[in-house]
Amino acid sequence: MFPKGTKRKFSDSGEEQVSSGDQSPVAASVAARTMSSSYSLQRQSLLDMSLIKLQLCHMLVEPNLCRSVLIANTVRQIQEEMTQDGTWQIMTQALAAAQCPADRLVATEVLCRQTDAAAQAGQSPKPFSVVGLEEGYHSEEVVMEGDVETEVTMSTLSPVSPQLSSASYLAGPFGMGPCWEEDEEEGECEEDEEEDSEECVSEGEEADQDHLSADSRTGEQVFGTFEIKHPAPPQDPVLGELFSDVDPSYYDLDTVLTGMQSTPKMGPYDLLESLSSHGPTALSSSASCRSDLNELDHIMEIIVGS
Amino acid sequence: MGEDTDATPTLNHRGFLPDHNYVTEADIISTVEFNHTGELLATGDKGGRVVIFQREPESKTEPFSQGEYNVYSTFQSHEPEFDYLKSLEIEEKINKIRWLPQQNAAHFLLSTNDKTIKLWKVSERDKRPEGYNLKDEEGRIKDISTVTSLQVPVLKPMDLMVEVSPRRVFANAHTYHVNSISVNSDYETYMSADDLRINLWHLDITDRSFNIVDIKPANMEDLTEVITAAEFHPHHCNLFVYSSSKGTLRLCDMREAALCDKHSKLFEEPEDPSARSFFSEIISSVSDVKFSHSGRYLLTRDYLTAKVWDLNMESKPLETYQVHDYLRSKLCSLYENDCIFDKFECAWNGSDSVIMTGAYNNFFRMFDRNTKRDVTLEASRESSKPRAVLKPRRVCAAGGKRRKDDISVDSLDFTKKILHTAWHPNENIIAIAATNNLYIFQDKLNSEMH
Repeated sequence: MFPKGTKRKFSDSGEEQVSSGDQSPVAASVAARTMSSSYSLQRQSLLDMSLIKLQLCHMLVEPNLCRSVLIANTVRQIQEEMTQDGTWQIMTQALAAAQCPADRLVATEVLCRQTDAAAQAGQSPKPFSVVGLEEGYHSEEVVMEGDVETEVTMSTLSPVSPQLSSASYLAGPFGMGPCWEEDEEEGECEEDEEEDSEECVSEGEEADQDHLSADSRTGEQVFGTFEIKHPAPPQDPVLGELFSDVDPSYYDLDTVLTGMQSTPKMGPYDLLESLSSHGPTALSSSASCRSDLNELDHIMEIIVGS
Repeated sequence: MGEDTDATPTLNHRGFLPDHNYVTEADIISTVEFNHTGELLATGDKGGRVVIFQREPESKTEPFSQGEYNVYSTFQSHEPEFDYLKSLEIEEKINKIRWLPQQNAAHFLLSTNDKTIKLWKVSERDKRPEGYNLKDEEGRIKDISTVTSLQVPVLKPMDLMVEVSPRRVFANAHTYHVNSISVNSDYETYMSADDLRINLWHLDITDRSFNIVDIKPANMEDLTEVITAAEFHPHHCNLFVYSSSKGTLRLCDMREAALCDKHSKLFEEPEDPSARSFFSEIISSVSDVKFSHSGRYLLTRDYLTAKVWDLNMESKPLETYQVHDYLRSKLCSLYENDCIFDKFECAWNGSDSVIMTGAYNNFFRMFDRNTKRDVTLEASRESSKPRAVLKPRRVCAAGGKRRKDDISVDSLDFTKKILHTAWHPNENIIAIAATNNLYIFQDKLNSEMH
């Protein structure tokens, strides 16, 4: 169905270096063209579609585990193939180059664990894991103000070194899953999020500090990052109410996979931002998410400034 | 099959007449199951209700008017619940119904939603006592002073009343969604399977169950496979099979160990490397597994095919039937609209000679294992007037040679899917659930199973 053609358009030997992770944008584009462009486009759109599917789970009822596992396996398969082709490294590094440096503190246990592992392991990307890391969740906590019974703190990390880009590239989506909550209902939160994304760090205190959003600013945090605005923000009565029943079991992986809580709402915008930056097909592929995307498209335009 | 006269008596599609169109308007049917004699047919729907149909006894005056199915009882089996810990709703949708073999006048069935299994007793009452001494006919207590003599209450006939009462509730044993239940041939135990675990219950004990399969990895990151269906062997009470999302079947023997994580047999067809695509794994996921009545074979359904396996041969299936291979080139769109995750069920006929499964556009397919012939039929109101004979349908590839009445792949309605079908245990009667409609077809010409 996807013909695995690796038709090389450039047969110069100079192009051979491409797969080893040359960082120049020219090489990147050449690498992309070394394989049949339609195949890689198809693959890319499939990847984007899959990631969106994982994100947009229906939060009212527990998501279907079988479906999630199958989609995650598909993503893993694509990731492995792209790694072998060398396009994986290139893509993540291209994203890194495209992003402005992060002022916001970025945090993820995912990143933290992989920092240690990948630092030694070097280039090998961690295979995409369906669930975004049980241990990560256990030690990962969120600072919540006031009326939350259990007070938790999110550990923070400074941006990680570039070679970990691939490691964290995909760790997020499944882990981001829980944060996707009824977009339709949470109008105010969306707006807050939008403003936060637009402005830089210092405004971070505003509104949804409780929200986790993918921050694709630094290259390594393409997907696998959770963002925390510090310091603890002033009380937002709406959000406080929403999160008042949050408890640590949210971070239990069983919960993540089988039942998401109605807590932190992840900003979809950052994910889509990163998707849009590496392919025009990113958004066009998912018909089922079209209604959400139309809404998000508008917001994204503001963020991306296109 | 096709338009020529069908010489083989076994699967004469022309004989299938739609019996009745039972419309359950309110909700989508989520499961269909005949009981062991075929006298009763139970359906469960998304609203948590169970409707039981009973076959009318054959009338002697009209030999061809074989018993038709009429509504026997309706009851609310499961209610929507809210899991406060996870802030999530638990759907009341009935995932599976399984009948217990009948042991006395009452009928028993198990029904399950995502989390809780319930045992229901269905009994008839057609007599009632009359002539109480202390109560009058409306049930009010009599004034003692008005009672002058004693009488013995007698049983008098009354209008038939079907009573349904919950006998057992088997709750809190599953973290994940229950997808299958199966009654054991010992008639004492049954199993319930969710995405990662299978539990063994005793029908009389609700506060305890034994975990017999657990495929949850220590680290949930490593989760790549889930359980999709499970069933006990029809005769050997120690054997059961479960299928996975990776297309494997595992036969387990409960005598070997308390925890049957290690299979006795693993049935897996090696992948064809030339057909590999990104969707290979998804379409290989087994959506349903059924033992044959003989216990010798297994029938499995994956997205595009139905396969018959011999229990004695693990390396590959005995037979593979293409249900709708024309969808193979459309997998990407089907992935996009989530149809690729649809779980179709499959069924054997009573003599294990014909298998049946559903498809899209309200089509369902039957394959005769002996003659190797197959037929596509449609369950829809337009094409199924009562007593009318079903016409075989054909799907042609887009742009291919098209005959009249053929339907092209691009015109298929993917919202009309037949996921649930059931075959009468002894006769050629089938029940087809098409969204919120139930169709019952009878093969009048060939009521006997061949």
